[in-house]
Amino acid sequence: MNAKTIDKAPSEEKGLQLLKYLIVGIFFGLILVKSEVVSWFRIQEMFRFQSFHMYGVIGAAIAVGMLSVFLIKKFSIKTLAGETVEIKDKVFKKGQIIGGFIFGLGWAVTGACPGPIFAQIGAGYSVTLITFISALAGTWVYGRFAHKLPN
Amino acid sequence: MLEIMNWLREPWPWYIAGPLLGLTVPVLLLIGNKSFGVSSSLRHVCAACVPAKIPFFSYNWKKEMWNLLFVAGIVIGGFLAATVLTNPASMVVAESTQTDLRALGITNFNDLLPHQLFSWEETNWSIVLIFYVLGGFLVGFGTRYAGGCTSGHAIMGISTLQGPSLVATIFFMIGGIVMTHLFLPTLLQFALGN
Repeated sequence: MNAKTIDKAPSEEKGLQLLKYLIVGIFFGLILVKSEVVSWFRIQEMFRFQSFHMYGVIGAAIAVGMLSVFLIKKFSIKTLAGETVEIKDKVFKKGQIIGGFIFGLGWAVTGACPGPIFAQIGAGYSVTLITFISALAGTWVYGRFAHKLPN
Repeated sequence: MLEIMNWLREPWPWYIAGPLLGLTVPVLLLIGNKSFGVSSSLRHVCAACVPAKIPFFSYNWKKEMWNLLFVAGIVIGGFLAATVLTNPASMVVAESTQTDLRALGITNFNDLLPHQLFSWEETNWSIVLIFYVLGGFLVGFGTRYAGGCTSGHAIMGISTLQGPSLVATIFFMIGGIVMTHLFLPTLLQFALGN
């Protein structure tokens, strides 16, 4: 086997190296609130097809994400640590349908998907701490019974 | 400088915010080969705090510390947006949405979240149980069952042309539409006592 084909082990980051993710998160949370994506009303507008705003935000985010990934692959852009960018393929399973539907039900009630729950807490809507704890409970119950659910 | 600050304080339009949110995908890939996703953080918290020997939570969550720092950042970002960059004007909700929601008992449209549902002053036990406990549970259970949320599936998944993520996103929308049009009217009337 040619030594060149052996991938080097992905570097593990620790301590201060992880701070960059905190900073990206800060920008992400800031944009979520400033674009009012965290608003219960904006989610209602979306599910009632009464405003373009949310479709514009999500659509533009996907377009930019898609273009960036295309460019990363086309020009084989490496990560800061010099690794090849890796994107795991997702596998079809029933969970995307059943779980997706269940999440949708919750999204319309809370007016928040997981990202906005964190942003709402930060923005001072402290009742949503209960939403967060309950979301943790939902995740835990899924994990506890995952092997019994259709997958 | 003051003008820039005033401009930043106003709500950001979709064509500014959407592309910026989308940039999270390449930024996370390039700074550390990380796939953008938020709901996994809930799993990591479970794995860290209450693994209870459940196989689904038995993994080295410390390796996913980046994700926990990312969501901690979202909390800080939300705080900054609501303090340093707080919008001086009130929220502008679409007229048709206001009309629909007024009919269901929502009266105040000034804030990002309806004060009647999301404040300690006006909340009551049925609001707590329906809008925080049940809603949050459905979000946590559903996202994990689906293997991702709006970030991991809709934005990261579709950006990387993953069929399963498109399916998941379609069902997020169907679930939301069903809740909004079939169940929410009853839930709101019950919770608001109308």
